[in-house]
Amino acid sequence: MSKRKLALSDEILLSVEKPARYIGNEINMVKKDPAAVDVRFCMCFPDVYEIGMSHLGIQILYDMFNQWDDVYCERVYSPWVDLDRIMREKHIPLFALETQDPIKCFDFLGITLQYEMCYTNILQILDLSGIPLKASDRTMEDPFVIGGGPCSYNPEPIADFFDMFYIGEGETQYRRMMDEYKEWKKSGGDRIAFLKRAAQIPGIYVPMFYEASYHEDGTLASFEPIVPEAPRTVMKEVEMDMEHTYYPEKPLVPYIKVTQDRVVLEIQRGCIRGCRFCQAGVLYRPIRPRKLEFLKERAIKMLESTGHEEITLSSLSSSDYKELPELVYWLIDECSKNGINIALPSLRIDAFSLDVMSKVQDVRKSSLTFAPEAGSQRMRNVINKGLTEENILNGAMDAFRGGWTRVKLYFMLGLPGETYDDIEEIAILSDKIAREYYTIPKEERKGKVNIVTSTSIFVPKPFTPFQWARMNSQQEAVEKRNFLLGKVKSQLNAKSIKYNCHDADVSVLEGVFARGDRRLNDVILQAYKEGCIYDAWTEYFKYDVWQKAFADHDLTMDFYNDRERSEDELFPWDFIDCGVTKSFLLREYHRAKEAVVTPNCRQQCAGCGAARFGGGVCTEKRESAV
Amino acid sequence: MKARIKFSKCGSMRFIGHLDVMRYFQKAFRRAHIPVSYSKGYSPHQILSFTSPLGIGLTSDAEYMDMELEECPEPEKMVDWINSQMNDEIRVKDFVLLPDDSKPSMAMLAGCDYLVALKPGKVSVFRDRKDMEQVLVDFLAQPEILVTKKTKRSEKQVDIKPNIYYLSSSMEDFQVQTGREYGSLCIDIEEYQPVIYCQLTAGSVLNIKPELVMQALCQFVDTPYDPLDYQIHRLEMYGDANGKKGEIHLLHDEVPCELVPLSEYQK
Ligand code: B12
Ligand code: SF4
Repeated sequence: MSKRKLALSDEILLSVEKPARYIGNEINMVKKDPAAVDVRFCMCFPDVYEIGMSHLGIQILYDMFNQWDDVYCERVYSPWVDLDRIMREKHIPLFALETQDPIKCFDFLGITLQYEMCYTNILQILDLSGIPLKASDRTMEDPFVIGGGPCSYNPEPIADFFDMFYIGEGETQYRRMMDEYKEWKKSGGDRIAFLKRAAQIPGIYVPMFYEASYHEDGTLASFEPIVPEAPRTVMKEVEMDMEHTYYPEKPLVPYIKVTQDRVVLEIQRGCIRGCRFCQAGVLYRPIRPRKLEFLKERAIKMLESTGHEEITLSSLSSSDYKELPELVYWLIDECSKNGINIALPSLRIDAFSLDVMSKVQDVRKSSLTFAPEAGSQRMRNVINKGLTEENILNGAMDAFRGGWTRVKLYFMLGLPGETYDDIEEIAILSDKIAREYYTIPKEERKGKVNIVTSTSIFVPKPFTPFQWARMNSQQEAVEKRNFLLGKVKSQLNAKSIKYNCHDADVSVLEGVFARGDRRLNDVILQAYKEGCIYDAWTEYFKYDVWQKAFADHDLTMDFYNDRERSEDELFPWDFIDCGVTKSFLLREYHRAKEAVVTPNCRQQCAGCGAARFGGGVCTEKRESAV
Repeated sequence: MKARIKFSKCGSMRFIGHLDVMRYFQKAFRRAHIPVSYSKGYSPHQILSFTSPLGIGLTSDAEYMDMELEECPEPEKMVDWINSQMNDEIRVKDFVLLPDDSKPSMAMLAGCDYLVALKPGKVSVFRDRKDMEQVLVDFLAQPEILVTKKTKRSEKQVDIKPNIYYLSSSMEDFQVQTGREYGSLCIDIEEYQPVIYCQLTAGSVLNIKPELVMQALCQFVDTPYDPLDYQIHRLEMYGDANGKKGEIHLLHDEVPCELVPLSEYQK
């Protein structure tokens, strides 16, 4: 029996929390001979293993790369703080889970960018790997570092650390990139030569080939390519053929419990809703459903190959999948035979969802989830969230009659144009739901109602109609939160309502990175050098270090958050074309100010620009405007 | 229908805790279509239980798990079926069907065999010692072997001498002492020098960990004990054929225990 060598010694593995994070060898891990491939690719999720292993995107790309005989794709996640300390002390280089080889000997290090608060973890990965943090300092000894995923739609705050960004869905251009790489390797060219080839692949952005200049007031004056190979605009890549594309049949099965410890079936990509705060809703346009038959076949294959005891559906808005009832009832049938649970995604509350919920969950223990996002109808029109108070109260009442007693409500604070009256409506709505419950005669009720109201702080994101909007300061957020807390407490049913809220400091920084520019690279670098990692984890977030880093670079967080941007301002991300036009976004911003709703894609095309991809909902026949 | 499997756990799998090994088996059984029985309710789970969980870092050639099956038409094929879904560091070695009235192995455990090996590269007074066997003989010749056993709240001195049945530095001698053949092991003992073999009492009442024996041995030769210096590997687990409910028999008692490997117990 050949023994797998491990990069870390027994002593180290036995002294850190959850050593299983670092040993690989999971079920369905791909084993190849690294000497027998042309390209070694390491895929990274810059957060702890349990989070990273829950990401579907990496499972898809891992499977895709490893289907190719000439490529071996491995994985790495952020070492947790305990191991981080040991690796620095003992100068142990960061390694990939599969072969346990150092990252530095790979051809590519691909990093997925899911969340802005992981930015310092990217530097941790590079640093522990012994790869120079800035792309301009790298040599032929270093891998090419490539970023992808939702945050790469404004890559500027981290542009210095990457050789390339892949804008869009990885399924489409990677084969070409691998081929270009092999040719370049044969040609014996230098790093720049490869980057020039890569810059000509659709969707690829090579930051060092562009130059930014700024106005006196700090806004962007110009952003231009400086080599002929680099395009002026980079167009996002979309997979339009959702049936004949990559989707794993044998996803990896971790040993330790991870956040998504189940089979994940991506039923569709994109969203028809057009909520004005949602970035994902724009980036993944147009909505592209997968075929029912394809999903059934993959569900069976993945359950077979993983042995998972649970399956879930993934998409931005599962209720909009047309064949959802058929799919879910089929799953219930299929799964009940084999003792498999179905973890339902959040669904619009109606007769169908209540029926399936009662079939797959324990009604007494499970809760109903509503995401009205705003308390007043006026604000819900501003954000284009189609849910009405009537929908919510009727849905809740039906559920109460069916035996449910727990309700979760999600709202945002700090939405553009929000007044204190709008905020008070959050408390009032929560209370109305409780009142609704108590209209049921006592004998028919199942004890007390239990309402959990949560708020997060609204963060304006690029490529949304609110990309021009001002973000609330930390102080405003705290004031609003306290105001709401007071209002919740003064409701008739205050005892039945629990109020939770998100940390305001982290949101401020998230806002800065989301709409930041290149000047932030040095701020992030300094904060990292002064000890910031795992900023997404409240217990490790060091706001004071960040404040100092901004001050040291003569930058303020307010510049990025605390102003409404003018309509003709050039944004750092304007060179990226995500298919949805800036003029559409601006039109939506104006409609938001007038509190006018825009119909969803299935009701009526709003002419966002994504029709140019020639598929998905844009070419679907519309039944009739509802 | 009750059944018991014996399996080995080695290599990088020594870093997977027993709860995760349980999850690993549950998924493997599902992949292999083993008709394991489920508990009732909204989140049904497979009815499985380990005899004695193995600590993180330890390896083993003899772990046991009891299970409930809906049916088992071809028991002789079970080992292969399950192994088709195992990784190469956890392998099933034996499968036995049990009588319906058999007690859980957890309750029957009476003894365990272990191998304790000095890891390569460790500086130790035991390294390459020619008189290892004599050291062990002298060690066992003490009137009592006192060690401090630490529990969550208290520390107490215990005499573990009655709990050490056999102790040897040679595999051949140990096999003669215990009357067993251990076959090929999933740990490569060539890498380690020296290797000490021991048979100890186990189970809820008299569980003696091999770490405790090593601690006492180090104390005996007056050298500090560092648990990280040794690889511990389980070789076998036994039930006591003479043990009735609530009774404990030691090897040197009037009615001595009669150790039978759990895979043969109640066969
Ligand atoms: C599964 C999931 C999780 C899981 C797993 C972690 C993860 N981020 O995947 C868990 C539950 C742990 C989680 C946690 C969180 N999540 Co989450 N999560 C999702 C979810 C539902 C699916 C992600 C996914 O797998 N998408 C499907 C794949 C196919 O798409 P993809 O990731 O974009 O990948 C494709 C391309 O982008 C590209 N690509 C991606 N990576 C790379 C890398 C390279 C090198 C290349 C070339 C290409 C490439 O190729 C892929 C295939 O086409 C999305 C919402 C959604 N439906 O998209 C939210 C989402 C990503 N999460 C979000 C948030 C806010 C969070 C949390 C902050 C929540 C919280 N408050 O704790 C945490 C942050 C954790 C973290 N460090 O990311 C936001 C991100 C918003 C943002 N960036 O500002 C999203 C978009 C949801 C939303 N609408 O708000 N999440
Ligand atoms: S072009 Fe029309 S249908 Fe297509 S995504 Fe945009 S708004 Fe929706």
